Amino acid sequence: MTALIGLLRKEWFHILRDRRTLAVLLGLPAIQVVLFGYAIRTDVNDVRLGIVDPSPDHATLALRDRFAASGVFRIVATVPRLADLDALFQTGDVQQAVVFEPGFASRLAGSTPASLLVLSDATEPNTGSLLQAYALSVVEQYQRDLSPPMSSVRVQGRAWRADRPAVIVPQTRMRFNPTRESSNLFVPGLMAFVLTIISSLMTAISLTREKETGTMETLLVSPLRPWAIIVGKVAPYLVVGFASVVGVLVEARLVFGVPLRGSVLLLLGEGALYILVSLALGILVSASTSSQRVAMVVALLGTMLPNVLLSGFVFPVESMPAPLQVIANVVPGRWFVLIARGIMLKGIGLEYLWRETLILAAMAAVLLVASTRSFKERLV
Amino acid sequence: MRRIAFLAQAEILHIVRDRVLLAQVLVAPIIQLLILSNAATFEIRDTPIYVVDFDRTTASRAVVDRLGASGHFTVAGAAPSLDRADEALLAGTVTMAVVIPHDFEESLVKVGVASVELSVNGEKGSAAGIVQAYATQVLADYAQARSPTAPSPRIDVRVRGRYNPTLDYRDYMVPGILVALVTMVGTLLAAQNIAREKELGTLEQLNVTPITRGEFIVAKLLPFWVLGLLDLSLGLIVGRLVFDIPMRGSLLLLFGAAAVYLVVALAIGLWISALVETQQQAMFVTFFIVIIYLLMSGLFTPVDSMAPWAQVASQINPVRHFVTISRAVLMKGAGPAEIARPLLILAASAVVVLSVAVRQYRKRTV
Amino acid sequence: MSAVVIEAKGLTRAFGAFVAVDHISFDVRAGEVFGFLGANGAGKTTAIRMLIGLLSPSSGTARVAGHDVGTESEAVKRRIGYMSQRFSLYEDLTPRENIRLYGGIYGLSGPQIRERTGQVLTRLGLEAVADQRVQRLPLGWRQKLAFSVALVHQPQIVFLDEPTSGVDPITRRQFWELIYEAAAGGTTVFVTTHYMDEAEYCDRVSIMVAGRIDAIGTPGELKQQFGAPSIDDVFVQLARPAASSGGQAHAAAAPPGGPS
Repeated sequence: MTALIGLLRKEWFHILRDRRTLAVLLGLPAIQVVLFGYAIRTDVNDVRLGIVDPSPDHATLALRDRFAASGVFRIVATVPRLADLDALFQTGDVQQAVVFEPGFASRLAGSTPASLLVLSDATEPNTGSLLQAYALSVVEQYQRDLSPPMSSVRVQGRAWRADRPAVIVPQTRMRFNPTRESSNLFVPGLMAFVLTIISSLMTAISLTREKETGTMETLLVSPLRPWAIIVGKVAPYLVVGFASVVGVLVEARLVFGVPLRGSVLLLLGEGALYILVSLALGILVSASTSSQRVAMVVALLGTMLPNVLLSGFVFPVESMPAPLQVIANVVPGRWFVLIARGIMLKGIGLEYLWRETLILAAMAAVLLVASTRSFKERLV
Repeated sequence: MRRIAFLAQAEILHIVRDRVLLAQVLVAPIIQLLILSNAATFEIRDTPIYVVDFDRTTASRAVVDRLGASGHFTVAGAAPSLDRADEALLAGTVTMAVVIPHDFEESLVKVGVASVELSVNGEKGSAAGIVQAYATQVLADYAQARSPTAPSPRIDVRVRGRYNPTLDYRDYMVPGILVALVTMVGTLLAAQNIAREKELGTLEQLNVTPITRGEFIVAKLLPFWVLGLLDLSLGLIVGRLVFDIPMRGSLLLLFGAAAVYLVVALAIGLWISALVETQQQAMFVTFFIVIIYLLMSGLFTPVDSMAPWAQVASQINPVRHFVTISRAVLMKGAGPAEIARPLLILAASAVVVLSVAVRQYRKRTV
Repeated sequence: MSAVVIEAKGLTRAFGAFVAVDHISFDVRAGEVFGFLGANGAGKTTAIRMLIGLLSPSSGTARVAGHDVGTESEAVKRRIGYMSQRFSLYEDLTPRENIRLYGGIYGLSGPQIRERTGQVLTRLGLEAVADQRVQRLPLGWRQKLAFSVALVHQPQIVFLDEPTSGVDPITRRQFWELIYEAAAGGTTVFVTTHYMDEAEYCDRVSIMVAGRIDAIGTPGELKQQFGAPSIDDVFVQLARPAASSGGQAHAAAAPPGGPS
């Protein structure tokens, strides 16, 4: 027992003295919380609009005013021909163009419809869709307002406007995330990311470093059992990891008001489960090589990359092509993100999450067995 | 000058003989490109929705049919029970629940106004907003079709999306991911490489020779500059063959911009190597910095959507400018005039960062 | 009397409050084999790093090969060679490639490099492994190669920092033969070591204790001065001032290997 305490103390000092790595482990997640909240967004506002109006008249001017007054659009250029906007589209100074046909107003008054082209920069597809939707709604509102007001007939006490076009009003409720803050969504993924770095990456590097410098042999010859060596080497990193994760939660709460509606205990428990899985992976990586550099690259490609890309952290798994969705199911982070989001945003518990929890537990069991066995075989 | 040639030659030998490094340069980026390009999408297709139809009239059924036929939605459940819809939302199996009230048709016919409740699963992030917009569109289309008389006067609106008519997310992501790869090779490998020499002690040996720091830096960074451009070529080939990304502008222009950008990336790597003592630290610190740069660059999500202060901050982010250039050239077919602004900023950054990094490198500890 | 090629006056280096090198003064003459002795941690490496221009002095001066290390360190580097404690050759390059690299950096021409490469390989008997990576060579060979690489440009002075650490006695002898050859050719050799028996091989030695030079002279002079049978004993006397107050008694309790 004292031997284990001695090892723990050495690892602890080791971490404390490597201030640069420590700064990254604590600082990076903290900064990422801010960045994700303010920088990773997909909202569309303040649209830079270009107007192509070959023959301005009262109708085009009215519609142009509508766009300008909408609060969403900002007219940055008014030109007579579409080609004049080409360069502006390419530099990104213009995101969307509304193109009137010549003689718009007279067409409007006549029997054939007046034609209008809405050209949107669709390099980012969702932005493109939203730009289109916004522009269309302005035009449609204008169109409705142009219809002559009909006298209303009262029938059975209710006004009956037979000639007015029908309107369906959608009433939207944004469940679980009323303010539509993207920050609420990434915190679980960020937690998984931090824990993966600590439990998988750092463990792999730390164990391999001992192998590389030869001190692992010394440890193995000592009275310490293999499991004690692992615990001793890994425990201090876990403390740092937990501190980092708690820091992320607190910061997200303070800066963005990210909620935690469900059981904190359950969240911590699932977190612990995820840590076990990541640890086992880190040990497996270290068992495969004695070079730190190789361990770094393998840990990065094998644990970090999948957990960031395929876990639903930033990109929704449902949007991915089928083969990747299948692979995503093998990535532990994917299940943890689901669980953590459920607990934090929806406040649900095991009654909805039992399946995901079971999957994580099964992964933990399998990987722990595999890693203890590999550790013993390669090193002992 | 000769000294640069001798040292650069030794560097090339190191690189060629280092299998881990070769894997980092050749294999890892391709794997990342393949996975990331497929995973990095916010596309909405066949989103599962739950429909609760309390009205059960021709009008309400027509709405449900339209939603299903729009190509955006799949009706995953249609029991007239709010509880079941709620459960589906809680379980995360649907992105939206559409609730049609029992007086829907009557209201629409008699009063001309009817409401429909859209309960969107906010857990789904940006998808939630898009889904809402699509649903609103379907409802508006239906309302217009139902109108007793066509509104007059009429405006015939055509919509067109420029540069990405198929709305393929990969066309958007791949140019950005190429930038990320090049950055990794440039910054990470440069930092790691010099940190390794520090760790091994060979750096000290060079510091005792008459080689100047300028010569040393050029000899060290030049091979990685070449590797960065090589990676860009590889990435473009994969992008073309596997993803069929557009290449509407001049590739020469893109490589020219990449050449300038790489100088900045390498200089940052050099600067990092002066801060650290071991390879591990080099890797961590580089990651730290590069991830921040990538997140703030508009690679994954548009710069226009960022908070105002973040947009301003991104002006000094070289990655942002190269991402802009990459997309402008490949997707929009931009020429030198259109990318002049970001390119000039990159050139200026190159000069500044390189001078700082060189100044900071000392052959002698003070 | 040959010229003075290294001259230190009150050379000092402090790291914060800790003074690693404390006002040392000495000189070394051309063609000498000068042993810079001292225990681990006495400040030898710090001192040598100042002399070769890797570390700037906190105070005091030193002139090496006619240039001031404080203000003209780059000029110094043109005239010296250096072999660090870690025998810093590039392990993934071959002996031939290592020689070529350093030859080129020091400005040797193509033909010159080829000539020197042949000479070194022959002298060290490395022809058979000339194109194998250095990491595959045994430690002793690597160390001799590193020494030769340090001399590739035929410098005026060569600085060796603990060159024989960790090698077997036979290799050590061979190494010292190389040193003698270099000295015979006119190169001044400045070597630090903590092996006191190697002191006997040097023309003159200095002994550093806790940042200061406590003794300097030929091995014979020092042994006489301290009444000690070997430099080892001289060192022990210097390093433990409290214990050595009873000089003779201490000499009687000298470590094995020395006559009592």
